[in-house]
Amino acid sequence: MLQKKSTEITVGMFVAAGIAALFMLAMKVSNLSDFSDEVGYQVIAEFENIGGLKVRSPVTMAGVRVGRVSGISLDSVNYNARVTLSLYSTFDNLPTDTSASIYTAGLLGEQYISLEAGAEEEFLQNGDVVELTQSALVLEQVIGQFLFSKAEGDEE
Amino acid sequence: MIGIIRSLGRWGLSTFERLGRGHLFLVQILAGIPGLFLRFSLVIQQLFSVGVLSVLIIAVSGLFVGMVLSLQGYYVLVDFGAEESLGVMVSLSLVRELGPVVSALLFAGRAGSALTAEVGLMKSTEQLSGMEMMAVDPMRRVIAPRFLAGFISMPLLAAMFSAVGIIGAFLVGHGLLGVDDGAFWSQMQAKTDWYDDILNGVIKSIVFGFVVTWIALYEGYDALPTSEGVGRATTRTVVHSAFAILGLDFVLTALMFGEG
Repeated sequence: MLQKKSTEITVGMFVAAGIAALFMLAMKVSNLSDFSDEVGYQVIAEFENIGGLKVRSPVTMAGVRVGRVSGISLDSVNYNARVTLSLYSTFDNLPTDTSASIYTAGLLGEQYISLEAGAEEEFLQNGDVVELTQSALVLEQVIGQFLFSKAEGDEE
Repeated sequence: MIGIIRSLGRWGLSTFERLGRGHLFLVQILAGIPGLFLRFSLVIQQLFSVGVLSVLIIAVSGLFVGMVLSLQGYYVLVDFGAEESLGVMVSLSLVRELGPVVSALLFAGRAGSALTAEVGLMKSTEQLSGMEMMAVDPMRRVIAPRFLAGFISMPLLAAMFSAVGIIGAFLVGHGLLGVDDGAFWSQMQAKTDWYDDILNGVIKSIVFGFVVTWIALYEGYDALPTSEGVGRATTRTVVHSAFAILGLDFVLTALMFGEG
């Protein structure tokens, strides 16, 4: 009987350790803890070119993370990219003329959306559209433009 | 010429026969599992010998795998000035691949071979036939509890492997190589996803646990009832489990992360 009891205790400890490991992976390693403030609101922004932006890319304001990209689709009318931004509900006081730009973190880093507040009195609501947007900087285009203007300059 | 074709045919037939028997065996095991919840102490006993006794090797290997990953990753990343990404690299490779796969390989070597030897010896000493004589179904009394125990322990062991590995990587990365600890954890948290990375790793380990215990029990149950037969069955368990784990890992990875 004593033998059985100690077996049960060690098995209990084993299962608890396994669950604790999974819990540590969830809380400490993954971004599950971010999801606690998931209940926010969504706004839509249209870009001419989103470059390498992906779903789950961060949305920041003054460098502070205020949400993430929750959906990317193509507008079938004007062929723009429609990006859905999920913003945390704590940041519910963004003016309606907030502008969104796509930037790159570092030279080769991932792309993210940076919001800049405007001056309107009214705030963005769920489902609103961000009017002022600035597309991603595509390095190939910039290099192409540079070479083109240089060639033009040589001709003169 | 005819002889070669005939031996090929014999090989094919016996392979399919073994495969068929293996699947019938699995159906019998699954049929025996519901009854186990009434006598869960049988499962707890097996959890002890399958799971608890494997913890040490899993934890030690996890620690060293994490530490080595950290060292090796650092030397590559430091060239790009990206040593803060060490945490991401270690956590993704552990959680997605190495955790489930290496712990399943160790599990096959540590627990799978023990299961095969145990069941094979029970068969060769006619304990299983003895049970049948006493109207005790060995499937329900011997095989099913072991199967359920392996199925439960594998994901827990894989989670421990990954967690201990990440701690080992942190110890080496922060303590020895001087990577900033805040960047280590925050980059890891930013890039590791609970559903896409961790839960998929858990699903992998559940599949591996299922397959490894199935192979181990079947090889034991199907072993020739001689000491040589049990020995060969034990070898086969380890070899076949390793093949199954690595093959399934490819398939599962392609399914889960394919279009990522």
